[in-house]
Amino acid sequence: MDDNQEQQDFDGMEDGSHLSADEERLLGELGLFGATRREFLGQSTAAVLGTFAFGLLAQEEALAQLAPSPGASMAPTPRLENAVRVLLKINGAPQRLEVDSRMALLDLLRERVGLTGTKKGCDQGQCGACTVMVDGRRVLSCLTLAASCEGKDVTTIEGLAKGDQLHPMQAAFIKHDGFQCGYCTPGQICSAVALLQEARNGDASHVTADVRARGRNINLSEEEIKERMSGNICRCGAYPGIVAAIKEVQSGTRTAQTWEFASDERIALAMNDGAINDGGRRTDEII
Amino acid sequence: MKSFKYSVAKEPTGAARTVSANPTAKFLAGGTNLVDLMKEYVERPSEVVDVSRLNLAQIRETSNGISIGALAKNSDTANHPLVRQNYPLLSMAILAGASAQLRNMATNGGNLMQRTRCQYFYDTAMPCNKREPGSGCGALEGLNRIHAILGHSENCVATYPGDMANALYALDATIRVRGTNGRDRLIPVQDFHRLPGDTPQKDNNLAHGELIVAIEIPRNNFAAKSYYLKVRDRASYAFALVSVAAALEMRGDAIERARVVLGSVAHKPWRSVEAERVLIGKPVTVETFEASAEAALKDAKPLEHNGYKVELGKRSIVLALQRAMSGEVA
Repeated sequence: MDDNQEQQDFDGMEDGSHLSADEERLLGELGLFGATRREFLGQSTAAVLGTFAFGLLAQEEALAQLAPSPGASMAPTPRLENAVRVLLKINGAPQRLEVDSRMALLDLLRERVGLTGTKKGCDQGQCGACTVMVDGRRVLSCLTLAASCEGKDVTTIEGLAKGDQLHPMQAAFIKHDGFQCGYCTPGQICSAVALLQEARNGDASHVTADVRARGRNINLSEEEIKERMSGNICRCGAYPGIVAAIKEVQSGTRTAQTWEFASDERIALAMNDGAINDGGRRTDEII
Repeated sequence: MKSFKYSVAKEPTGAARTVSANPTAKFLAGGTNLVDLMKEYVERPSEVVDVSRLNLAQIRETSNGISIGALAKNSDTANHPLVRQNYPLLSMAILAGASAQLRNMATNGGNLMQRTRCQYFYDTAMPCNKREPGSGCGALEGLNRIHAILGHSENCVATYPGDMANALYALDATIRVRGTNGRDRLIPVQDFHRLPGDTPQKDNNLAHGELIVAIEIPRNNFAAKSYYLKVRDRASYAFALVSVAAALEMRGDAIERARVVLGSVAHKPWRSVEAERVLIGKPVTVETFEASAEAALKDAKPLEHNGYKVELGKRSIVLALQRAMSGEVA
């Protein structure tokens, strides 16, 4: 769609005269009537409000309060149809916010507090990308209503490192190549950190041979780690590295790193050899 | 998601009254199913009453067994020392479900209330008598690989997808429910969920506004010989195609008491008294287990794509009983 067409669509929506009955109904359900709807559309000029934007609206009603920078929680929020005040702690810092009753903790973190480390994957509890810790336990922030978090203590991926010093689990994920695209990684790491405490508690899992036998500080086998991490899906298939990272941290036994950055000498050698700077011919030969 | 009024309940009876007063109000506990369904516009409550802060999370020994709070988390329940020691079947069933994150959120009461995973129920573009009574059933002649083989009707072939309840059926649990009058009502777990009949929109026999407060399980002698088997498309974090809660109590070399409950084959956990009757008084042999499995699936009526569940159900019963006996099978 060209810019003019886009602008026409937008203008049409702003005066409301070109909305279909379905679109009117959707806006109504979102609580965007009359002046409120115009305020909303005015605030949303940054977004491309083509026809598809209505699909976006349905999922991202929180956009109405878009203010993604740390400390933005104090910014004035538009009038909400069902506003809920919450005071919670995020990575140790108290946050007082007024949220739409529909807002998920995931959207609060990303859109209101500016902590975008926590990722939105499926947004319906099937992938684990949004995993954070609430009161020390791993949960899915996409299925947690922000309104229900009054008084809770939330830890996200941003809260794990101490300054420049990575959490041991973060360091182990790098050491063991526990990611490729990295999208599931914050959820994987939050999940893995919480798993350490569950193992200290002696919690059982689906693959525990005898749930009647109890003990604390259990040493997790690879099979146990896989089962206990099954709530975190990795589309790149970095599972072997993820399991190796968790095994090293959980067991406390250091294992060798199986990769290293190429040295300057090796890179220079490769360049001179033509494998890189004369890619076409050499690649044909290699293939 | 449709806009809704949110409030935090202070005590159980008040919560029951608030929800009872509004036909489109819902209780919210862990939210793992309700919030998902609200995002999909399958559930569209005008009011949500958050009961998660009610003081209903205790797990304690009673004169007759154990009482498990409706708001105890699934993970805390599965790992409670009393549950692991005396009701390992319940621990195993809970741990077979969902993921660690979801079990940390989900409550026991909410687990009983979870709705079907039928794709036609989730897809608001499709007909579904459970979601929209009178609209028809998309699964009956659609893709029905995961659907019911027992107890279904022409109005609904959906299954109850949970794991925990299958163990509760085997353990003769009772559901304690708070009404708007402040009094409790006890529902034997086998009477809690319903078959679809011509009212598939009703998953269970709770009145609107009744709040589950506890699950009570009597003492039993099944702990040493019980097993929860779950068969699914992948090794973990998936709903069951077929599951079996099996429990045995021996007297000498003969079976004194038995429980066989099938999951994900019907609109409710499917306890097979017929299968249990075959086992009583018999020695533990593979032949006995196979006869029991045949009895359990005798009345199965598979649909176009789920005929495999009949044979899978039989084999799963045999395997679950063998594992309940820890391999001590002649």
